[in-house]
Amino acid sequence: MREAGETVASPVHQFEIKPLIPVTIGGVDVSFTNSALFMVLAVVASYLFLTLGMRQREQVPGRWQSLAEITYEFIAGMIRDNVGKEGFRYFPFIFSLFMFVTMGNLLGMLPYSFTYTSHLAVTGALALTVFIGVTIIGFARHGLHFLRMFFPHGAPILTAPILIPIELISYLSRPFSLSVRLFANMTVGHIMLKVLAGFVVSLGVLFGIVPLAATIGITILEFGIAFLQAYVFTILSCIYLNDAINMH
Amino acid sequence: MDSDDDPQRLKDLAARLDIARGDVDGGGEGARGGGPVRPSGLGIAWRVSVELVSAVLVGTWLGWLLDGWLGTRPWLMVVFLLFGGAAGVMNVYRVVKGYDDSVGLGQAARRAGARGSSTPKT
Repeated sequence: MREAGETVASPVHQFEIKPLIPVTIGGVDVSFTNSALFMVLAVVASYLFLTLGMRQREQVPGRWQSLAEITYEFIAGMIRDNVGKEGFRYFPFIFSLFMFVTMGNLLGMLPYSFTYTSHLAVTGALALTVFIGVTIIGFARHGLHFLRMFFPHGAPILTAPILIPIELISYLSRPFSLSVRLFANMTVGHIMLKVLAGFVVSLGVLFGIVPLAATIGITILEFGIAFLQAYVFTILSCIYLNDAINMH
Repeated sequence: MDSDDDPQRLKDLAARLDIARGDVDGGGEGARGGGPVRPSGLGIAWRVSVELVSAVLVGTWLGWLLDGWLGTRPWLMVVFLLFGGAAGVMNVYRVVKGYDDSVGLGQAARRAGARGSSTPKT
């Protein structure tokens, strides 16, 4: 038992990126890594989940078709409630975003898998895509009038030198908070699981029961967090989109 | 989206679906309508802390960039650190009040007012 305890991998080992197929183009390392592999798997899994689920096209859906329909309805309802009718133009993007994040979080729950949403580079790229896209939509729809968003209507003009930088920083901090929230939740959850599971091995059969029970509880919690964080990421994207589309 | 060949029937169906859904996911993570409804305490703690810290960091970083550009090394960073702090507090205020769906505080408050008391307080 003691020897087994010493061979437990470090809790952050699971986040290591390993190149599977080394590729270098023009001095830039663009290897196909385990992170990329799981992104591909997530896309394939989403595709199979939706297309195979909807293959039957029953009037009264079975379990699988129901799940696919619920996912669609869930995102459609989110856009309807938070953005309005105008938002349906961006439904494909929001839906893909939700599926990609959810699948990433869920695939990460499989043993020996890799959680790409636990990397700030991935969540940061997603958040920046949303942020830049939303800003472009805002300027495209409202032109320079979009800048009025940074100055509250009806505030005294003298407060402008203070309010405008504050609003600007508040706006610029969005992609940061969006990406950090998802990344931190996934990283912390996975480290916690690993550490607790390590205790099971090192405490042996007799006392290992306690951390084992805790691990089971946290695993269930992690499944909840996997969905919840995907939901939060998507709904905040919707809220930002709403800002850009319906400015007032 | 919907074909409205029989609007009355569809409306009835929608009403029944809404009732059924209300029974199923009342207050769950899939809560519908008007933004995140009744988040857990831990969820609020996460949001608030991340919003606060990120605004301060982004403000300081912005000040540092402007300093490099204008050649006023420490000063703008200090000013923007304070602005960042103010922005962070404002972000937190918005999250807690449920106004976080907008950048301009005035607009957000007005929109929340227009929506009336249908928006539940966090």
